[in-house]
Amino acid sequence: MNIEQKLSLNKFMVDEGNPHIVPHQDKMDQAAVNTLTVVCPAGLYTVDERGKLVFEVAGCLECGTCRVALAHLPGALEWNHPRASFGVMFRYG
Amino acid sequence: MADYDAIVVGAGLAGSTAAYCMAKAGLSVLLLERGDTAGVKNVTGGRLYGHSLEKVIPGFAQEAPVERKIVRERVSMMTEDSCFTADFHTPSRFDDASCASYTVLRAEFDAWLASKAEEAGCDLVSPAHADDLLRENGKIIGIKGGEDELTAEVVLLADGVNSLLGQKAGLKKELSPHHVAVGAKEILELPKGVINDRFGLNDGEGMANLFAGFPSAGMVGGGFLYTNKESLCLGLVITVADMSKSAVRLPDLLEKFREHPAVKPLVAGAKLVEYSAHLVPEGGLAMLPALSADNLLLLGDAAGLCMNLGYTVRGMDLAVASGHLAAQTVIEAKEKGDFSNNVLAGYKSRLEQSFVLKDMRTHKNAPHFIEHTPRMFSEYPALAADVFTQLFKVDGTPSRLMLKKALPLVSKVGFLNLIKDGLKGSRAL
Ligand SMILES: Cc1cc2nc3c(=O)[nH]c(=O)nc-3n(C[C@H](O)[C@H](O)[C@H](O)COP(=O)(O)OP(=O)(O)OC[C@H]3O[C@@H](n4cnc5c(N)ncnc54)[C@H](O)[C@@H]3O)c2cc1C
Ligand code: SF4
Repeated sequence: MNIEQKLSLNKFMVDEGNPHIVPHQDKMDQAAVNTLTVVCPAGLYTVDERGKLVFEVAGCLECGTCRVALAHLPGALEWNHPRASFGVMFRYG
Repeated sequence: MADYDAIVVGAGLAGSTAAYCMAKAGLSVLLLERGDTAGVKNVTGGRLYGHSLEKVIPGFAQEAPVERKIVRERVSMMTEDSCFTADFHTPSRFDDASCASYTVLRAEFDAWLASKAEEAGCDLVSPAHADDLLRENGKIIGIKGGEDELTAEVVLLADGVNSLLGQKAGLKKELSPHHVAVGAKEILELPKGVINDRFGLNDGEGMANLFAGFPSAGMVGGGFLYTNKESLCLGLVITVADMSKSAVRLPDLLEKFREHPAVKPLVAGAKLVEYSAHLVPEGGLAMLPALSADNLLLLGDAAGLCMNLGYTVRGMDLAVASGHLAAQTVIEAKEKGDFSNNVLAGYKSRLEQSFVLKDMRTHKNAPHFIEHTPRMFSEYPALAADVFTQLFKVDGTPSRLMLKKALPLVSKVGFLNLIKDGLKGSRAL
């Protein structure tokens, strides 16, 4: 089962148009971009064929790994919790 | 007059325990949780050591939604094609409530603990996100959430490992990738009888298994497998620093772990029902922030109170104890009418006198040892596999004495390394 299929088993309430995480590629070097694609346990960061960082907030597990991994680059990532009643809802946890 | 004596942010184990104890002592308490209900944002590996909650709610396991009581401890060293496991089975030695441990699923367990706090008289509001601290002339007087402002004599931050509020309050800095690990976990449903048969358990009995080596691909970390009533928790924990440099994504490593020949039959036929991830504080004393300030306390994971020793992970029993001790401190502050750090600093002294900071001090070298002994995650599992291969391989070629079989293998890793790591490890872990 791939990661997208796994995420589809989870319960999410997506806050449309109001992402709780916003990456700023202009404040990142290539190493930081690579790091994001590998650390996120939900595999939400990918790079398109033009080298642009693509981020899909909808499957976010709210772990904070991406923020900590880029802690050395202030401003590279805006990271917040989703607003109350949005985001992932673990049924087991 | 403040709206409440205390506002607790976060209805995890630390927050709900604190709220329960303060409400029971007659204080007015508000407990805020950003999840729709307490527990839906929370993830653990699996096992709660019950001793500290036992002190707060004696006999809790009789009524709480615990999954299974652990009677079987397994520690495994894995290579790509082998797995060496130490298996300790004892239905009696860990039976007493003072040392029993239980697998738990947080969505259900945290909701139960929060309901106990509510029963004790605290106001529980969820979902409610505390956005920031509320200050007046620099003094913390409550919290802000959305349009609301709520005031209290003291704010207890039990908002978990990311503790955005702890950072905003200036009590702690951003987490270091060397001090936290990322855990990813699957809930795999299996019928109760199958779990019992597969792991040699009776109804209500459980198993904990930690794995080193192959699961983390030699990085600092490991795998885990816990049994619940009707499901398994299978997961991986790897430090963020190592993971940042990994060539393979975390979900792909978890996939390989599940497909390992020693794991595959254990999870065969199980149905994946949830995939989660969460950070684990592992920096020990090195990441310990200031634990209190005027009108403010920091609890549980938010304060980095967690220990990963490789053979066991403990954060939940520390979270509960920190909630209990924070509550005692606030009760004293209420009696004295002084919520400044003069009284609240007593929280740290209480932690120092309890197992929480004593154990973290005893194991203070563990994080350094684990991070700086990469052999634990690659060479030693390989050595164990080679030694056992030599012992049990009978192919008609002339046999040799055990010592002769083992010596050349050990010398590959280096005797000195083995002795050094053995000594250092037994002093650190
Ligand atoms: C993969 C993994 C395996 C682990 N294995 C074990 C184990 O086997 N045994 C063990 O003892 N420990 C284990 N741990 C550690 C343990 O889970 C934690 O130490 C424990 O959950 C900490 O509890 P807490 O109450 O401090 O924090 P949390 O459980 O994280 O609770 C924090 C709460 O605060 C809420 N919150 C956060 N911010 C806000 C806000 N601004 N407003 C309102 N609410 C907010 C959250 O929604 C959450 O409910 C493991 C951890 C992980 C990730
Ligand atoms: S918080 Fe975790 S799941 Fe969400 S984007 Fe960051 S790394 Fe991925």
